[in-house]
Amino acid sequence: MSLTTVNASQLTVTEQVMKVSKNVLSKITNAMLLPIIGITIFIFFWSIAAQSIHTSLGTFPGPNAVVKQFSSLYDEHVVEREKAEAFYQRQEKRNAAKQEKNPDYVGKIRAYTGKETFFDQILTSLFTVTCGFLVAAIIAIPLGIWMGLNKRLNSAINPIVQIFKPVSPLAWLPLVTMVVSALYVSDDPMVSKSFLTSLITVSLCSLWPMVINTSIGVSSIDSDLLNVSKVLRLPTFTHIQKIVLPASVPMIFTGMRLSFGVAWMVLIAAEMLAQNPGLGKFVWDEFQNGSSDSLARIMAAVIVIGFIGFLLDRAMLELQRKVSWDKSSASV
Amino acid sequence: MNLSASENTEFLEKNTPQAFLNISQIDMVFPTDTGGFTALKNVDLKIDKGEFISLIGHSGCGKSTVLNIVAGLYQATKGGVLLQNKEVNEPGPERAVVFQNHSLLPWLTAYQNVELAVKQVFNNTMSKAEMKEWIEYNLKLVHMDHAMFKRPDEISGGMKQRVGIARALAMQPEVLLMDEPFGALDALTRAHMQDSLMEIQSELNNTVIMITHDVDEAVLLSDRIVMMTNGPEATVGEILDVKLERPRSRLSLAKDIEYNRLRSEVLTFLYEKQRKVENISSKAVTPKSIPRKRVSSQ
Ligand SMILES: Nc1ncnc2c1ncn2[C@@H]1O[C@H](COP(=O)(O)OP(=O)(O)OP(=O)(O)O)[C@@H](O)[C@H]1O
Ligand SMILES: [Mg+2]
Repeated sequence: MSLTTVNASQLTVTEQVMKVSKNVLSKITNAMLLPIIGITIFIFFWSIAAQSIHTSLGTFPGPNAVVKQFSSLYDEHVVEREKAEAFYQRQEKRNAAKQEKNPDYVGKIRAYTGKETFFDQILTSLFTVTCGFLVAAIIAIPLGIWMGLNKRLNSAINPIVQIFKPVSPLAWLPLVTMVVSALYVSDDPMVSKSFLTSLITVSLCSLWPMVINTSIGVSSIDSDLLNVSKVLRLPTFTHIQKIVLPASVPMIFTGMRLSFGVAWMVLIAAEMLAQNPGLGKFVWDEFQNGSSDSLARIMAAVIVIGFIGFLLDRAMLELQRKVSWDKSSASV
Repeated sequence: MNLSASENTEFLEKNTPQAFLNISQIDMVFPTDTGGFTALKNVDLKIDKGEFISLIGHSGCGKSTVLNIVAGLYQATKGGVLLQNKEVNEPGPERAVVFQNHSLLPWLTAYQNVELAVKQVFNNTMSKAEMKEWIEYNLKLVHMDHAMFKRPDEISGGMKQRVGIARALAMQPEVLLMDEPFGALDALTRAHMQDSLMEIQSELNNTVIMITHDVDEAVLLSDRIVMMTNGPEATVGEILDVKLERPRSRLSLAKDIEYNRLRSEVLTFLYEKQRKVENISSKAVTPKSIPRKRVSSQ
């Protein structure tokens, strides 16, 4: 009799273990296995479809070709870095030698002007997009707060925002290009015109989601909280700092995430057309180049662009988690 | 008599100089799509310093409207409010409000919520150390000193309401306005909060106007119970003096004759004289075309 009960309890223990391990297993499946299966199937169909698409630059690149290009892009980067290193060493030697002959001689230091590698261009793109986004944020967030606080201003500006919001960067670009070349004249320009053009286009397109979300966030603050502020007779600045800003931080961040996504998309197009160094220009140059590797290299760039966009979004999300008091709003 | 606002005020000042808080012949008309909606008509009430007043009446009669006018959050259409013979026309910390749903700033801790008020009110008169002491004193008063550094989403509903009360008390208001402060709480917590409020009141002796739906709460806490008639055009129906000795204890009062008389007076007012006829007697008419489960014809 006692034997059977022991057996029974042992059974339940093993059952429980199985249940727990099943739970863990299903979590692993959801988090890892399913995405891997999805990606595998995608790669499979990609390689099949690629083989049957013939372009004037050869067959469409499959996964293999793209991986090969990744490694050759990396090799090119290493080679270029070595060249640069060698250039600087030579320059230093030359200057040292001249200085030995003539102590008054001040060595000329020139920067290496080799071509930008793929990885340099990624960094350039990240820099440009960040600048454009920051310019947009500096304009959009105060404007959005002001609009949220002032119903009349909101009614006045909202139609403009709604009309400009859906405009494609390609439409802005020619205008921005012409305006920049007309107004930005300087003998010793701090930044290149193409950089400025890309930056302004990115700002113009990523402005609107932030303006809209910020103004909605500010205008939908709980009226009880506003009453608290009124009863305390908080001065305007304190009111904004202590009540309005914290209350609308979740919405401001939602707008910033949307805007950063837009900015990254717009940047690639802007760099392509403005011929500003960066991933967009890389794609365009490869397209113009038209070698047999070009399509694979463009495809590699596409994957990198997507991956970076994803990482940027995640970074914004993490920032939101850090800054916002409302943890529930910072979800995917 | 047709007096302009300023003449009206003058008139009031001459005639009723004694009342500490004078709610004087207030009308409130809300603009609506179908013309004006007269929520309040001729509401008149004089309150002495240190008095605890309950406002009781059916839902929607206009209690919150009265309170918001005293707070300065609404402007009366006619008549006005005088606090120590000065007209009230904007909100201010001397008329602190405890809102129904606590309305603490969710991104600040209990301490910081009170601090915001204290900094604003006593910026010029208190040193940093004095402020800290004052904030802690007020939180202690509502028995919240153990959770000072928790944020509103980390404390219970009753605790939030206490912090809200501490914030209002910390402003050292001349009048404390409370809109159903315990409405959202369960019966036990509510009783507990009523006891704390009586304890605080015996210490500070504030002038208080409190809205409530709870007859026992009104009788237990108040010096006078102001019963309002049903809206629209709601006004003060009856005023009941509560002359029960303090300190009051809910247990011994339960058998008290005077307590039960007061209680039944309020109940009579609410459920006989001001019965909400339309809501109770008019049953919902069942529509003729009730969607029925489809019966197949075959
Ligand atoms: N801003 C407003 N605009 C139009 N009508 C309003 C407004 N505020 C209140 N009212 C109306 O005035 C009347 C009184 O409202 P009030 O909120 O003062 O009632 P109450 O007695 O506090 O009710 P409750 O006990 O449910 O809180 C209601 O009929 C309401 O519909
Ligand atoms: Mg109300």
